[in-house]
Amino acid sequence: MITTAPGAQAHRGYRRRPDLLKGVCLVASTLVVVLLVFILGEIFQKAFPAFAKFGAGFLSGIQWSPNREVFGVLPVLIGTVESSLLALLLALPLGLAIALFLSEDFLPAPVRQTIRFVVELLASIPSVVYGLWGIAVVIPIVQSIGAPLSKWLGFIPLFQGPVYGNSLHSASLVLTLMVLPTITAISRNALVSVPKTLREGAYALGATRWESIFGVILPTASPGIVAATILAFGRAMGETMAVAMLIGNSQRLTWSLFSPSNTLAALLANQFAEAEGIQVSALMYAAALLVLLTLIVNMAGEAVLRRTQKATAGLT
Amino acid sequence: MSRTVSKNFFSEAGRHTSPLRLLGNRTLTGLCIGLSLLTLVPLLSIVVLVLHNGLPLVSPALFTQLPPAPGLDGGGFGNALLGTVVMVGISLLLAVPLGILSAIYVNEYAPTSLLANAVRFVAKLLTGIPSIICGVFAFAVVVLPTHKFSSLAGGVALSILILPTILLTAEQALMGVPKAFREASFGVGATHFQTILSIVLPQAMPAMMTGIMLAVARAAGETAPVIFTALFSQNWISSIMQPSASLSVLIYNFASLPYAYHVKMAWAASLVLVVLVTVTNVFTQIVFRPKNS
Repeated sequence: MITTAPGAQAHRGYRRRPDLLKGVCLVASTLVVVLLVFILGEIFQKAFPAFAKFGAGFLSGIQWSPNREVFGVLPVLIGTVESSLLALLLALPLGLAIALFLSEDFLPAPVRQTIRFVVELLASIPSVVYGLWGIAVVIPIVQSIGAPLSKWLGFIPLFQGPVYGNSLHSASLVLTLMVLPTITAISRNALVSVPKTLREGAYALGATRWESIFGVILPTASPGIVAATILAFGRAMGETMAVAMLIGNSQRLTWSLFSPSNTLAALLANQFAEAEGIQVSALMYAAALLVLLTLIVNMAGEAVLRRTQKATAGLT
Repeated sequence: MSRTVSKNFFSEAGRHTSPLRLLGNRTLTGLCIGLSLLTLVPLLSIVVLVLHNGLPLVSPALFTQLPPAPGLDGGGFGNALLGTVVMVGISLLLAVPLGILSAIYVNEYAPTSLLANAVRFVAKLLTGIPSIICGVFAFAVVVLPTHKFSSLAGGVALSILILPTILLTAEQALMGVPKAFREASFGVGATHFQTILSIVLPQAMPAMMTGIMLAVARAAGETAPVIFTALFSQNWISSIMQPSASLSVLIYNFASLPYAYHVKMAWAASLVLVVLVTVTNVFTQIVFRPKNS
């Protein structure tokens, strides 16, 4: 929206006064940019004492005991990545199915509109409500499916040991729901922007609907779907409250999906209020890690998305 | 998509399509529809449980009284409701002017400038930052220097959270105002300032307000930014420099208590938040959708 108005400002007889609003807006914009720098700077600065003391050992340490002033986040890092990946594993097929459902004409438009609205609503339900619901619904379900799994498949490390309700698996199930809207919305955009002519070409060659979906439409939309997955991963890693309420908050390293674990965000949520001294700094270090991880993942996702949009723009 | 190609998903075979391929096609269609409808189940479950557990508690007392002592029944979450209102209010005071003024700069004054692009980039990054980081930041800049958990800190955290929402929706709202309006205004001799104030802003106002409503709904439900900045309190809020209760932290704190009534209160607080979110979403659909399609 280019809105230069040379005529208005250089009009004969019109004395140009400085535009105060422009100045104010300029200051506000500068503040927004400075704010991000300030946020990052503040967190990194407060994390520095811990960084100086623990260095890279913070990343590989497997102990987190504030009493002895020993801090290592390896189990938490693993928990963060593991819970998010597990959620993606479940959410990707589900999200893709919904995205296809929304972009194809299986059912009449009003039905699709309703489903789309429902998925958007999933995105806006507060995280803490998911947590409450998870405690009431997901934990009993996980306990009832976990018991037979660990009994019959206990030889697989993933199902080994006692089954806890507050576990990595419960958190992942709820995370699945929470990232579903991200995957669905972005994948749907990618699917919708596949040019119609490609589909018609596939049909003309005698392909059935699903042959053309798998042969032409999904491959064309795949960069967008990859971007959706990456962005959903970023979202899952940053989710806090539902995870903090369900994951059991334990910093022990285990293989089992049914034992308590922890994530960076949940660790922050649970420990900040009572932290003192070097623990505050250690938590700031963990927060800095979380910021870096999510920023990198999000920027990668955005980059893929931008390239996709350019690529599909060329197809039409 | 293309009605000319297939009218109905069960009759898309050519005359020579083999039955096996047709079967595969129909199975996948069924699977796709089935999986999509499956997502309705959790949402339905959430809605039903929130209504079932929350509705019986709804009464004037719920919104005006203090939480009961552990193990007792009765009372309400008046203090948490007020705390949420105060903190969301503080966050709006901070974020709305900043967001809207930046949006005006970005869209009206210098859309192609380096600064405008930087602002868009920062807003995008801020949307991707986990909400708990807003809390960490407020902890560092408000709680640590003042040595106090306070609703001010909670408000600051929430303002960072909603700033990108407000900025980006305001920019979209301004973009929605037709260029011809501005040209007409310049044409009759109005300055840039006059054009923005009396032509562009009134036109963009409804969409901007919707953006602010979205931000309010989001901020009211967010727990992570306030959990260790505003903390929680059993009492009424007395000053913005004191710890304060909020609906979202109340849900978190009460959810795992062994007292049935407290858990019910968590559900009732969820009901309030879910209603707020749903109403805002429906409203947003009405305001934003027609322009998009």
